[in-house]
Amino acid sequence: MTGALDAAVGVASVLASGTATASAFDVLTTRHSYVAFALLLCIGLYMMIANPNLVKKIIGLNLFQTAIFLLFITSAYVEGGAMPIVPEGAAETQTFVSPLPHVIVLTAIVVGVSLTAVGLALCIRIYDEYGTLRTDVLRDLLRDEGSLPERPAIGGNDGGEADE
Amino acid sequence: MSDVLLPIAIATPLVAATLPLALGLKYEDAGWSVAAVATTALAGLAAGIGLEVARGGTLSHALGTYEPPIGIELVADELSVAVLVLVAAVSLATLAFARVAGPRGNSFYSGYLLLVGGLTGLVLTGDLFNMFVFLEIVGISTYALIAADRSGASAYASLKYLVVGTVGASLYLLGVGYAFLATGTLNMLDMQVQILEQASYADPLIRASYALIVAGLGLKIAVFPIHAWQPDAYQRAPDAVTTIVAALVSTASAYALIRVSYTVFTVDFLAANDAITTVMLIVAGASILAGSALAAMQSDLKRMFAYSSVAQFGMIVAAVALANETALLGGIVHLVGHGLLKFGLFLGIGLLALGYGARELDDLASAARSAPYTGGAVALLGLGLVGIPPSIGFLGKWYIGVGAVESSLGGGGPAGIGIAVVIFISTLFTLSYVARVIERFYFAGVGVPGGHGDDDHSDGHDDDDRGDGHAAEVAADGGHESATGDGGPLTPVEGAARSRFVPDRVPPASLAILILTAFATVGLGFAGYALFEWFDPFLTEVFA
Repeated sequence: MTGALDAAVGVASVLASGTATASAFDVLTTRHSYVAFALLLCIGLYMMIANPNLVKKIIGLNLFQTAIFLLFITSAYVEGGAMPIVPEGAAETQTFVSPLPHVIVLTAIVVGVSLTAVGLALCIRIYDEYGTLRTDVLRDLLRDEGSLPERPAIGGNDGGEADE
Repeated sequence: MSDVLLPIAIATPLVAATLPLALGLKYEDAGWSVAAVATTALAGLAAGIGLEVARGGTLSHALGTYEPPIGIELVADELSVAVLVLVAAVSLATLAFARVAGPRGNSFYSGYLLLVGGLTGLVLTGDLFNMFVFLEIVGISTYALIAADRSGASAYASLKYLVVGTVGASLYLLGVGYAFLATGTLNMLDMQVQILEQASYADPLIRASYALIVAGLGLKIAVFPIHAWQPDAYQRAPDAVTTIVAALVSTASAYALIRVSYTVFTVDFLAANDAITTVMLIVAGASILAGSALAAMQSDLKRMFAYSSVAQFGMIVAAVALANETALLGGIVHLVGHGLLKFGLFLGIGLLALGYGARELDDLASAARSAPYTGGAVALLGLGLVGIPPSIGFLGKWYIGVGAVESSLGGGGPAGIGIAVVIFISTLFTLSYVARVIERFYFAGVGVPGGHGDDDHSDGHDDDDRGDGHAAEVAADGGHESATGDGGPLTPVEGAARSRFVPDRVPPASLAILILTAFATVGLGFAGYALFEWFDPFLTEVFA
């Protein structure tokens, strides 16, 4: 958490280029989208780790990815910048926001949507097979079925690692 | 104009991936033929690219005539060609096995070709964001393929891989985002220059960027603390899928790590950031030890060699972090060699499971009697994995070890010696589990003509030992009823392939490929100097 925040502060100070002496309060008020990025990232990660429901894990994954999209979009913003669409023949006099991060985010959204689709398809298959989406119940069922190794039987080391 | 080979090599499997689904409307099983044609074409293209690179050095192509650094660049140098040839060869060779072992159906082959296309693109791209896209294409098709046999356990293993793999790719994207913020470019070569011009190696943004990229790719490669998805995924996947995934997917991610570390961030960056390389070395060392130790505890063959991959990739990550020429050469050789060895091992295990329905080490007593060629090839590949010369497995480990010692002697602190010691210990562990396999294959049941007496015991013994786990395991194999309990040495399943030339009851085409792979690993072991010559231009460029 602090690592991500530090990084966000680092981002902010680089963007401020010159006025890098922003205090923590200034960062919170003027760079709030970076703070939002760090928060979303952490909430997403926490949901993936702590929530026992598989579908909610996938929702956490989406939050995590959305946070990264937000970082890219924020980095593209230029104060007073216009949309980077120039009609043919028009003079390029205005300031534009950077178009490249937008393209990147569009591509990343497509990737994220396909991932969500595959993940949900797998969830449906798991639900059809076992009738539950909770990882703890699922793990018990898999152990009964013999698909997961019995925990205490094999040395302690493996038991800790076999199915995180 | 030969640079146009690069986009064609990526487009061929990707375009072909649409065909099985389209043709599937009319023909029941067009998938395999389409895949065979596409991967053969890819092998030809890979050979062509290899020849061009051998003749004229690095090959590059600007996509859509947008010149880099604005446009996306495709690059083939000595390193990418080596991995590209591995990708093409393994994807072609796996098809022979997939035809007999399944999974069948047109959609499987669409996924297969998508995977091959993604791997090709990952290896050839010269753009960081483009690399993310190909990383995800590889990821998505791998998740789909792992769950291709429609069982619940494989779906769960695949979903676990999906969540972890996506976090890995997202961390990589985040790292690329940070580097983009600092430099404003995405082209690898341009970024190498811009990092120095617009930032510095001590810039926190650049450091965070590299750390995030390493963490992300580490998840995809499956190094020790974050490897938990990998054994399940390899074990639950259908045999043909494990063969290609174990040989190529982690290999491609490790390639990406080498590429990003040395082409984008350069050796000087690694030298300037001791903290990052030290953490990488510690993680790599833990990975080598834990992977080998866990592998030695397994009784399921696929799971055993899956854990062994964790250890081998630990060595490759160590080679990257050591940042000297010998170690990096070892890392690259081991990358390719390990891909080939694991391809052969998982193919051999798959063949034994297909012909004899046995997947557990205990079920395979005196396998070498019923299946001498398959058993022999698996034993040979296993010894290669241990690192017995002459085998490519020896070369890679040797160079990494020598590089580690060199870095310590050159003032790099005790970390290098530590890595060398860890590699030595891991070799002993590897020997212990490979020796168990060889002992089972060749010596179990000796002296009992036509059978081995301990089989009936071991069944009863199993039930005490592991409860109903074993019985359910066998039942979960579906069509392949286990061969144990009959009292015979190793009874083939009903309808197992029969050949005129060999006693092995396994499909002859796949057996030929297996034997060829085993000899190839030994042959490449003799080619140490040629490999050094081949990678020399890349290494001199990196360490210039």
